[in-house]
Amino acid sequence: MANMNIIGAVNSALDLALGADEDVFVFGEDVGKFGGVFRATDGLQDKYGEGRVFDTPLSEAGIIGTAIGMAIYGLKPVPEIQFSDFIFPAFDQIVNEMAKFRYRSGGQYTCPITIRTPYGGGIRGGHYHSQSPEAYFAHTAGLKVVIPSDPYTTKGLLLASIDDPDPVIFLEPKRVYRASKGEVPEGHYTLPLGKCTIDREGTDVTIVAYGALLHEARKAADLLAENDVSAEIVDVRTLVPLDEETILESVRKTGRVVICHEAARTCGFGGELAAVISEKALLHLEAPILRVTGYDTPFPYTLEQQYLPDAFKIFEACETTVDF
Amino acid sequence: MDDTLRLSLLKQMVYARRFEERCYEAYVERKIGGFLHLYPGQEACAVGVMTAARPGHDYVITGYRDHVHAIACGSEPKEVMAELFGKATGSSKGFGGSMHIFDTDKRFMGGYAIVGGPFPLAAGMAMALKHQGRDDTIAICFLGDAANNQGTFHETMNMAAVWDLPVLFVCENNLYGIGTSIERSTAVLDQYKRVQAYDIPSAVCDGQDIETVIAASQVAVDHVRNERKPYFLELKTYRFRGHSMSDGGKYRTKEEQAEWKKRDPIRILRDRLTASDALTDQSYKTMDREVMREIEEVVVPFAENSPEPDVADVAKYVLATGDPWVRGGSV
Repeated sequence: MANMNIIGAVNSALDLALGADEDVFVFGEDVGKFGGVFRATDGLQDKYGEGRVFDTPLSEAGIIGTAIGMAIYGLKPVPEIQFSDFIFPAFDQIVNEMAKFRYRSGGQYTCPITIRTPYGGGIRGGHYHSQSPEAYFAHTAGLKVVIPSDPYTTKGLLLASIDDPDPVIFLEPKRVYRASKGEVPEGHYTLPLGKCTIDREGTDVTIVAYGALLHEARKAADLLAENDVSAEIVDVRTLVPLDEETILESVRKTGRVVICHEAARTCGFGGELAAVISEKALLHLEAPILRVTGYDTPFPYTLEQQYLPDAFKIFEACETTVDF
Repeated sequence: MDDTLRLSLLKQMVYARRFEERCYEAYVERKIGGFLHLYPGQEACAVGVMTAARPGHDYVITGYRDHVHAIACGSEPKEVMAELFGKATGSSKGFGGSMHIFDTDKRFMGGYAIVGGPFPLAAGMAMALKHQGRDDTIAICFLGDAANNQGTFHETMNMAAVWDLPVLFVCENNLYGIGTSIERSTAVLDQYKRVQAYDIPSAVCDGQDIETVIAASQVAVDHVRNERKPYFLELKTYRFRGHSMSDGGKYRTKEEQAEWKKRDPIRILRDRLTASDALTDQSYKTMDREVMREIEEVVVPFAENSPEPDVADVAKYVLATGDPWVRGGSV
């Protein structure tokens, strides 16, 4: 085991993947010589050469389109989009091309790409360096959507994503890139895609969270414990495919649920989770399903902390549902 | 060019330099948050082009390294600084920040942090000018060399040419997109050549000598204003600081940086004025002190003492005021 942060976990996973399989390629803006703007690919070009770890122009549509070509040929590209806010020029390539190869070829072809991209707010980045675009991709059939929360889940889920035969959008919670530290196995391991986990057991209310908000959910659970409320936390980890059963089991136990994400509320992933819960566990609910989300606004600069969900907002929502 | 104009240009560039250096300090003091991209080294570009254009009259749009462009269009420096500080008196009322200055009064139509995003917007403004027959006005789009690798560059150049749009594209070629050199990312190093494929007239000049920039810009601006057609001007320049505040700068050699420092646009003009006896070391220092005094006594205190936007206003500007659809936040 080694103590590392999320950046270190990404670097370690990419290092292992590049070392184990010569079909793996890592590329993106400033990814090669510079080592990535967050240093996630530091040292990889020196180790694996400019042929397999390389810089690209500022051409997101071109980056993803090139990755698709490499993937349908049979390689395993792991492109980086520098900030998830920059992914939209490539949206057409992702939605119209990358997501559809298995289906349109009747299962003959697949497109095994893992797009890594930092997402989320909390660093005062304003409109174009803070957004959470997971719902756009969860809405697109043919993509898997994975969001780790700490170094251990980052490395295990990233290696699983690279191994996976289907395209994966891998969203990294950049706010806790360095703040989240922990013990991580030095060698290769994977965590299953399509599996939620119970991050903390409890009996009174289920908090469903992912990414950086998992850490806020833990703080909220601590506050709730001081108020004699026992919160169970579900770490979603994989939005698509969704492990409905783990979430439903928790809701059946607690009867109350608070769903959290940074993205704006309307058509956010929380709406899908709420629908699944109401479809399959309605009679177990003791209170309405509540959501703690970003506002339906563009991402603000100064008012970022008002926009973002935090432990106190999650705490208040849990109190509301418990008092219902 | 007469020495009075030269002195005015020198003061504008010194102001731009000192403004940005003060931003650096404020960032270190954590009064400016997030991302901060500074302009030292490139002052002759924005100041020079806007000297040839009509600030506050022509429509200007740019990327994220945008403070000096706004000021060159006539924005109040104190309102730009207040925006950087995230205050309600800022040019975007604290909703934008460093990369997203906006000042419609001065026809500064925004800084944008999506690289290449502004190209078609500039074409759109030019389309509007054409449609309304406003033949004394043009659109100007300032962007960096790395933006030219976006698809929007090629789409826009084609549209600007086929529709005869009165838009001037200014490419500030500082040789790097963040930490990646132009040689590593771009097949054609001379950016002015790239628009020849669209039959757009273009030129290239030294972006460090402001008199050269103004001369080339005047040709460019006159062409767009009089012919009502696009033009592309490449300015060869260099940024003296990192891409942003988190840039270690290891991708550029010390020798290269030292070589470009010799071509400091302020130094070049200062030396020329000194040689013609229009400036002494003492009068330069006096000018510099005046600039610093204004920044310290007017610009920074205004930003510091202004209030932050009201928390209740978080959703005020999403759609028409008070739209009840805006939801979210806590339950």
